[in-house]
Amino acid sequence: MARIIVITSGKGGVGKTTTSAALAMGLAQRGKRTVVIDFDVGLRNLDLIMGCERRVVYDFINVINGEANLNQALIRDKRCDNLYVLPASQTRDKDALTKEGVEQVLVELSHNHDFIVCDSPAGIEHGATMAMYFADDAIVVTNPEVSSVRDSDRMLGILSSRSRRAENNEEPIREYLLLTRYDPLRVVNGEMLSVEDVQEILSLKLLGVVPESKAVLTSSNSGIPVILDRESDAGQAYSDMVSRYLGDEVPHRFLHPEKKGFLSRLFRG
Amino acid sequence: MAVNPNPRKTDPDGSRSFELKAASFTLPIIRLLDANVEAVAARLGAKVEKAPDFFRNTPVVIDLSDLPSGVGAIEFPLLVGLLRGYGMIPFGVRGGNREQNAAAEALELAVLRESYVRRGKSANETSTKEIDMEVSPTPPREAASSTPAPPARRPGQGFMLINRPVRSGQRVYASGGDLSIVAAVSSGAELMADGNIHVYGPLRGRALAGMNGNLEARIFCQDLQAELVSIAGHYRVSEGIPTELRGVPVQIFLDQKILRIEKL
Ligand SMILES: Nc1ncnc2c1ncn2[C@@H]1O[C@H](COP(=O)(O)OP(=O)(O)OP(=O)(O)O)[C@@H](O)[C@H]1O
Ligand SMILES: [Mg+2]
Repeated sequence: MARIIVITSGKGGVGKTTTSAALAMGLAQRGKRTVVIDFDVGLRNLDLIMGCERRVVYDFINVINGEANLNQALIRDKRCDNLYVLPASQTRDKDALTKEGVEQVLVELSHNHDFIVCDSPAGIEHGATMAMYFADDAIVVTNPEVSSVRDSDRMLGILSSRSRRAENNEEPIREYLLLTRYDPLRVVNGEMLSVEDVQEILSLKLLGVVPESKAVLTSSNSGIPVILDRESDAGQAYSDMVSRYLGDEVPHRFLHPEKKGFLSRLFRG
Repeated sequence: MAVNPNPRKTDPDGSRSFELKAASFTLPIIRLLDANVEAVAARLGAKVEKAPDFFRNTPVVIDLSDLPSGVGAIEFPLLVGLLRGYGMIPFGVRGGNREQNAAAEALELAVLRESYVRRGKSANETSTKEIDMEVSPTPPREAASSTPAPPARRPGQGFMLINRPVRSGQRVYASGGDLSIVAAVSSGAELMADGNIHVYGPLRGRALAGMNGNLEARIFCQDLQAELVSIAGHYRVSEGIPTELRGVPVQIFLDQKILRIEKL
């Protein structure tokens, strides 16, 4: 049986798709049979970040509607054999995601995968509720700003009531916090919340802190999940996140401004 | 307890698609002292400003009984619009004369007859009147027989224990008893209990104890950072909580109907 992980957030544009791609790739690289599903119907972009947009024939909705079978719709990643992408439809209506349909696809995928990563749209609209309903684990992606933290808190409330686990009175979804676009310098200057601030408000297990990084945009523009950029701070932070998710104790990095930053700024300026 | 369900009526057809029950509710009352809606608007604005969230989606009753006799017609459409603008749900009037009642009915406001509400002594605060009624040992049988359906109630009444964080947007109601939270309560979360509320973690949201009008109810918390605290409808918003009482363990109770916050 696969473990189903939903990547969710209250606010949009915080880095869910970036995270989904990184997590899926990271798990697959460690030998886990992984599939990543785009639940953002109408706004397909997971396939862009995964670099497989030109190989999309069928999508998630086609499978739900019985117009294609899973094997036809799944796209195998060219860099990693253990990884598959199930793209979203750009054209269909969100309501085509039915609970029964989603469940059927997840059950089928469960048989021969270890992890199913669900890239959710932001907020609590239909696509997002479908992505979270069947989840075993949730990674709540949050930026270090008040509105994002507040929305994450709200998402956590919804997660704990609107899921299969909650409805069946099973053990609740395991919830993790991932802070992204963390800019230590701006934290020091008081323009952003610190890790401690956010944790104090959300009281949640911190899975990782991903720094604000140019590497993210560069990678996604070329269709490479940033975790594959091992030189980059964001890539390393995502790699640590995957290790922590799999149970390793890894200290957090990139929490403080680089020391040399001060001098180099001084001389550059 | 305020809820006083009538014995179930047996349905002659044996079909049970609904039950008819009576329940009483504690509701804020807007007691008009001035028929001039503009003057009301100015005062109300100032009041709501202090607790904007408190009134959001709150049903309110407009009490007309203290208006000076001989005031002209009340501009209900204006008044209703005003209240709605602040997020309240005006749903009825009481204590009006025949003209006023007719004008209210024309706007589909319910006219609450005197029999629904025991005339309390004139109270100074919005909402206290209704609370007087609620704590009376034997509520009048007709009390609130016209009120809307009660909020969802949990089975196994008595007290409620929650050991996960209560998040923004979540509401927890311990009907008929105490509520204990052994976790953090986020800003934007709402705790309600007919009895006491205990929070073993930071309380950042709202806590309303004594929901059924129990003036003896208290709130105990380890770390007060609340947006609003209320006992039996007597509330205080964050702005009104002195800094030295914030972030420390406190108890909150009513002393002669005045809300007191005391360090523990
Ligand atoms: N750590 C980071 N550093 C810099 N930019 C980032 C980082 N993470 C994400 N971004 C940028 O933020 C934008 C939004 O990222 P992404 O698409 O992953 O967010 P999302 O949460 O999936 O958005 P949506 O809610 O629209 O689905 C992108 O332009 C991405 O490149
Ligand atoms: Mg996205």
